[in-house]
Amino acid sequence: MSTATVGKRSFGAVVWDYLTTVDHKKIAILYLVAGGFFFLLGGLEAMLIRLQLMAPDSELIGAQFYNELFTMHGTTMIFLAAMPLLFALMNAIMPLQIGARDVAFPFINALGFWLFLFGGLLLNCSWFLGGAPDAGWTAYAPLSVISPGHGVDFYALGLQISGFGTLMGGINFIVTIITMRAPGMTYMRMPLFTWSTFVASILILFAFPALTVGLFLLTFDRLFGANFFVPDMGGNEIIWEHLFWIFGHPEVYILILPAFGVFSEVFSTFSKKRLFGYSSMVFATVLIAFLGFMVWAHHMFTVGMGPIANSIFAIATMAIAVPTGIKIFNWLLTMWGGSIRMTTAMLYAVSFIPTFTLGGITGVMLASAAADYQYHDSYFVVAHFHYVIVGGVVFGILGGLTYWWPLMFGKMLNEKLGKWTFWLFFTGFHLTFFIQHFLGLMGMPRRYWKFLEGQGLETGNLISTVGAFLMAIATFILLYNVIITTVKGKKSPADPWDGRTLEWSLPNPTPFYNFKQLPLVRGLDPLWVEKTQGNGKMIPAEPLDDIHMPNNSFLPFTISLGLFIAAFGFMYRVDAGFPAYVAIGVGLAITLGSMLIRSVKDDLGYHIHKEDLEKEGAGE
Amino acid sequence: MKGWMGRFRALFLLSSLALVLSGCGKPYLSALQPKGEGADMIYDLMMLSVIIMAFVFLVVMIIYTIVIVRFRQKKGQEDFVPKQVEGNHLLETVWTVIPIILLLILAVPTVQYTFALADTTPETEDGEPVEDALWIDVTGNQYWWHFDYRDLEIQTSQDLYIPTDRRVYIKLSSNDVIHSFWVPSISGKMDTNPGKNENEMFIHAYEEGVFWGHCAEFCGPSHSLMDFRVVAVSPGEFDEWVADMQAVDPEAVPENPVAAEGKDLFQENSCLACHAIGSSPAAVGPNVTSFGDRSKIAGILPYDKEHLVSWILDPEQHKPGNLMTGKYPMPSKEDAEKIAEYLMSLQPSDIGPDDAEDGEYIQPKPKEETEAEGDEAEEDTNEE
Repeated sequence: MSTATVGKRSFGAVVWDYLTTVDHKKIAILYLVAGGFFFLLGGLEAMLIRLQLMAPDSELIGAQFYNELFTMHGTTMIFLAAMPLLFALMNAIMPLQIGARDVAFPFINALGFWLFLFGGLLLNCSWFLGGAPDAGWTAYAPLSVISPGHGVDFYALGLQISGFGTLMGGINFIVTIITMRAPGMTYMRMPLFTWSTFVASILILFAFPALTVGLFLLTFDRLFGANFFVPDMGGNEIIWEHLFWIFGHPEVYILILPAFGVFSEVFSTFSKKRLFGYSSMVFATVLIAFLGFMVWAHHMFTVGMGPIANSIFAIATMAIAVPTGIKIFNWLLTMWGGSIRMTTAMLYAVSFIPTFTLGGITGVMLASAAADYQYHDSYFVVAHFHYVIVGGVVFGILGGLTYWWPLMFGKMLNEKLGKWTFWLFFTGFHLTFFIQHFLGLMGMPRRYWKFLEGQGLETGNLISTVGAFLMAIATFILLYNVIITTVKGKKSPADPWDGRTLEWSLPNPTPFYNFKQLPLVRGLDPLWVEKTQGNGKMIPAEPLDDIHMPNNSFLPFTISLGLFIAAFGFMYRVDAGFPAYVAIGVGLAITLGSMLIRSVKDDLGYHIHKEDLEKEGAGE
Repeated sequence: MKGWMGRFRALFLLSSLALVLSGCGKPYLSALQPKGEGADMIYDLMMLSVIIMAFVFLVVMIIYTIVIVRFRQKKGQEDFVPKQVEGNHLLETVWTVIPIILLLILAVPTVQYTFALADTTPETEDGEPVEDALWIDVTGNQYWWHFDYRDLEIQTSQDLYIPTDRRVYIKLSSNDVIHSFWVPSISGKMDTNPGKNENEMFIHAYEEGVFWGHCAEFCGPSHSLMDFRVVAVSPGEFDEWVADMQAVDPEAVPENPVAAEGKDLFQENSCLACHAIGSSPAAVGPNVTSFGDRSKIAGILPYDKEHLVSWILDPEQHKPGNLMTGKYPMPSKEDAEKIAEYLMSLQPSDIGPDDAEDGEYIQPKPKEETEAEGDEAEEDTNEE
């Protein structure tokens, strides 16, 4: 069942295990592999963009292909790389941090992954079927409605399918955290990463439906001749912008809050101190999430909403700087007086502070509605959101992966290679994006296929491209590190970083049932409490007993596959005729049939017996 | 209009920051070298936010540096366990309240300027409504700009002529997808939406000059090539330009025989179906009334015959996805040259981009005089 109990197995058996798994730790690895793949793909697209912009008036890449590249870069990085990679961490760590044996709905957890993956694959199939979406990741109507070919259809349907997956994942995490905390794990003892997972999941629950609605309307406009966003026919193109950003702005916090959570853990562990101002950190997280729903129109200051709406949204946006500032100072004070170890994970966290402060600063500048008339849709904005998303989210993911790698894979990533990755990535990142603030103010709008000579933009763009290459090299070193560790790495100790939270109390490798006996939590940082006040081991909260486990299932895969097939049918309904209707029929039959089987067939799971648990090194 | 912030201007200028920033980019394109009312106000706001934020960054970095230097784990002290501090109410209150105050300092002028920039009711300084305010209807098209001078019966494309002595009010709309009108050195941007969501704003150039404009909202393959120019001329020159443009005879046959032949070809090849000459309501393609005075061809190419011929023969090569490609019978190279000759001869006014850059400022004529003299107005400028 898990790597703990089974030694060498055939390749086919491993594949089948992963195709059918409902174990949150394995689903985390699936998210990591798929998210990592899309991250590389999005990175490749970014490199092509930077190559095109290396010199003025460049003809390296055609205009249409360039538009497809930046559209897919944005869409891939947000939906198919950043979110799944965070989901990988959430899945791998959150249940362990609250002392749970799995998530609340293991089957839905698997379904969420497969929906995301098939949605992502559908989106990327567009490259081979007449061109990728080309209307920007924001897909503003009416450009997205009139865009020729099937590119934007792939966008609408691909994101719709993967969005279902995300929504399910979010609901699952919420239920898990509410119902499955170990005895003594009160809300105000939950680690910050769990808190941020909880809050981000609530954001998903409320934000994604807006995207779902928007995408449905877009799909109907494009595939079935509706006119929701077509002004000539009485539609209104601005509605799309509102729907998109009502989802899109909370999405930013869905990404950044878990990264904040990662950093809170890393700062605390590597400073050997409890998190400074824990309750205000929790409060700030919730407040950011709450305010995050009231600021979407700051993406639309130049749309013409009028000065009243612009002012209200400007001030609401500025307000978010306050809880964010609270967090920054709390992190600084967590380190103050501590005993700081500069491991690779800590390097990411430490460098995140100035980087994210810069991103926050430009955020406040952008919030100033009148000034935004200059910044909006220029490279200033490009610089700002890369500072936040790369400097915040990607640093968080890289730091979090380095930190939790021993827990996920039982081996530690090479620290020396990790530091090489960090320094190259950090330098490359600032080289690429800092100059872009100025490029924007010097008059370079974003999404420009080429910039012409005589505008003083040559040097800045060249520097930016050089920086991008450094980031690419850093990524290759990271990849090499992962491979060399997997092949040659030695088994790591169970608690390599002198951890403080519950997940580090588990043996290496983590048993597939996680906790033999649910632990009793006696305070914030439960393991640290036991290390300082007990014997360094968690006290069991229950006697050893049978453990109820869910069965593996292939149905999540088939439910998702069916939607994938049906999506092609819907798209090619007009051009292909009968075969397309067959695809719709077959696809929906697979999906609905799988759902029917799931509903009708009782699947009660199985029990691991007490005796087996006792045999298995009861020493812990 | 500038309010209390204008007084801090000298202070900003003293700071080396502003000096460094003002060296950024080209004077006809950079938002950091404002040449108009809107850009000027926004620049002040920008500097205010930069100063506040630089202060915040400094504070963070000082604490940060101390932390990183002082509290690293020292050799031999691996077992040292720091005091586990829960928090500190005083500190937490301080770093909640101070940011709120700083944000309020920024929020007040933000709201003030947001309203000021949205004010499109023409008023004199005394608050009287202005009767003859200059209104221009700007229409974004894939991938060119159309300018319709309301009540003046003048239409141009790609080059927008404005006087420097007053605000010019513009109404923004689009014929296809969303574009955004942006002339960074004069003012911030505003979207042009198709359908009913029309916008208004004002632009006011303080200085004469040819300023670069960009489309700032992604609109298709040639989004990055949808450039235009704002030609800001002195009020006297502008009045002359208006008079000249109103006096255009679309039927006029050029004296140059090649150009005259070009005129016929222009009609035969059905160019005229889209490209109007004179103030015609048809605006399927750019209006070419004053093509001879354009600063660029198609907004991007150097203004010469060679590029114009190349454009006529293959617009797709220069602007991918444009709507001209394939819509007309392809002329031979010789014919294209003749058409180019004709188009470049279309110079109804002596006022062109050069006049915006020659540093010569011509006062407007007193009102009664202008109305009485009409067409004769052009004399006085040329002889100077």
